[in-house]
Amino acid sequence: MPFIPHNEKDVRDMLDMIGVSDIEQLFDEIPDALRLEDLEGVPEAMREMDIQRLMRSRAASDGSPLCFIGAGAYEHHIPAAIWEIATRGEFYSAYTPYQAEASQGTLQLIYEYQTMMSSLTGLDVSNASLYDGATALAEAALMAVRANRKSKSGRILIAGAVNPVYLKVCQAITGNQGLKFEPLGLEIETGLTDLTGTDSYEGEDITALVIQQPNFLGNLEDVDRLTDWAHSIGAMVIAVVNPISLALLKPPGDWGEQGADIACGEGQPLGVPLSSGGPFFGLLTAKKAFVRQMPGRIVGRTLDLEGREGFTLTLQAREQHIRRSKATSNICTNQGLMVTAATIYMSLMGADGLEQVASACIANTSRLAERLDSVDGVSVVFDGPRFHEAVLRLDRPVAPVLEALAKRNVLGGLDLSIDYPQLGNAFLVCATETKTAADIEYFATALAEIMRQARVA
Amino acid sequence: MSNVPGDLKYTKSHEWVRSEDDGSVTVGITDHAQSALGDLVFVEPPEAGSEVSSGDACAVVESVKAASDVYSPVSGKVAAGNDALADSPELVNQDPYGDGWIMRVEADDPAELETLMDAATYEATLED
Repeated sequence: MPFIPHNEKDVRDMLDMIGVSDIEQLFDEIPDALRLEDLEGVPEAMREMDIQRLMRSRAASDGSPLCFIGAGAYEHHIPAAIWEIATRGEFYSAYTPYQAEASQGTLQLIYEYQTMMSSLTGLDVSNASLYDGATALAEAALMAVRANRKSKSGRILIAGAVNPVYLKVCQAITGNQGLKFEPLGLEIETGLTDLTGTDSYEGEDITALVIQQPNFLGNLEDVDRLTDWAHSIGAMVIAVVNPISLALLKPPGDWGEQGADIACGEGQPLGVPLSSGGPFFGLLTAKKAFVRQMPGRIVGRTLDLEGREGFTLTLQAREQHIRRSKATSNICTNQGLMVTAATIYMSLMGADGLEQVASACIANTSRLAERLDSVDGVSVVFDGPRFHEAVLRLDRPVAPVLEALAKRNVLGGLDLSIDYPQLGNAFLVCATETKTAADIEYFATALAEIMRQARVA
Repeated sequence: MSNVPGDLKYTKSHEWVRSEDDGSVTVGITDHAQSALGDLVFVEPPEAGSEVSSGDACAVVESVKAASDVYSPVSGKVAAGNDALADSPELVNQDPYGDGWIMRVEADDPAELETLMDAATYEATLED
């Protein structure tokens, strides 16, 4: 049964009221060529009972492997209190609270979230969140195009290793608006941004530089130098950050002489489960000077007529319900429920707790990299400072080895051979605070056995 | 009743234009426009040196209720944006034809001004 509240008579009445004979007429302006008559590849409807059984069996087939893959989505411990509180009736809504008179609790929570994000990233203002890290970067790029009024080119430089999925999403979202993404290149010895060709950008019209820290390969970039260089050629700086890492690393607002102008990133590590890839949430913060170019909802604190503190959405004049097609964004929303969990997570952990998580991640990844490096045919690729991911190289193709590990219940990492063929048979591993010494030993032993067997064969 | 000075030129979209002695033109929004928008909280004038074409959005005026575009009445090069508006957007409400000006433009073709409305014609559009 479809959940459509109006019956045929309601529909008829509405059509009569607007003088249209057939509901299809409302879609006349969509050309035939663009219409899809049938959905391909979508199976027939199933009964709810059968769907439940199918989904249960599929969920069971996932098993509960030991996960050493990061690459943008990270397994962290989520204290039970977080979702217990987030799913209380008072909080349990994914929607934006437009009605201040009925939503003070949710609005205050978002305000607290914004304050925490501003403080983690060292920037003045935060929005109420976006869909995910990838769309947050696309919005940050569009924001830079509006905010950097001296630049007309829409050319966005990409430092060494930015999440390749993010770049695909940026291309898809902004490509038709004339933005061009140009990689600066990667130094294969260090896994850091290659700065040798940067002289050629002097005097060019560059809108912004995107710097991911830690970069996609887990390495720590010289963000001060990159930031100062970008500002020296009139480009804005967009930081892509992991919020957990900011408990220890220098916040984007302090990068270089003037700080990054915009920071964005994936908020999932803050109390949101991996859950097959979503829902996640995107964070976006910026210097105050650019707040009017910032897309999405922003909650402000104010006083009511009787002088009492209250919270309300603010700076809405450039949002789509007012400015329509000229809005700062027409595709964004906030991820209310994920932000609720993240805010509770940060409140519960506190600054010290976040720092402990970040330190444990670094220690575990370091331990893992060292241990795997001792396996025959396996070596750590980069020896510079890193956060909680490391690149390893095998003496043979990666994919069959990862498959063999999966059969032993270990998700051994992300195969980098597609996105970074120049690194050879490389893969990216991550060990968060959730991994014990025994887990790391299990992984290393399994990998050693697989490498030995493959050699015999 | 809105104030519509007789010595200015006007557009349908409620900008005013004044010819200056040095050949440039000053552009702002009319008293009617500022009163319809309400208290302005932010004005984003164009960058000096940028090119504008008549009819193009060249500035944004934002009240608590809405952000609206200001359209350039002439084509040319922006000689200056009114930087005082960054800290004092209320100047547009208080003195729309004076301190609340938005930009000065070096018009490509001074004759373009002749295509704009005079005060009487503009005033008539407000009465419709």
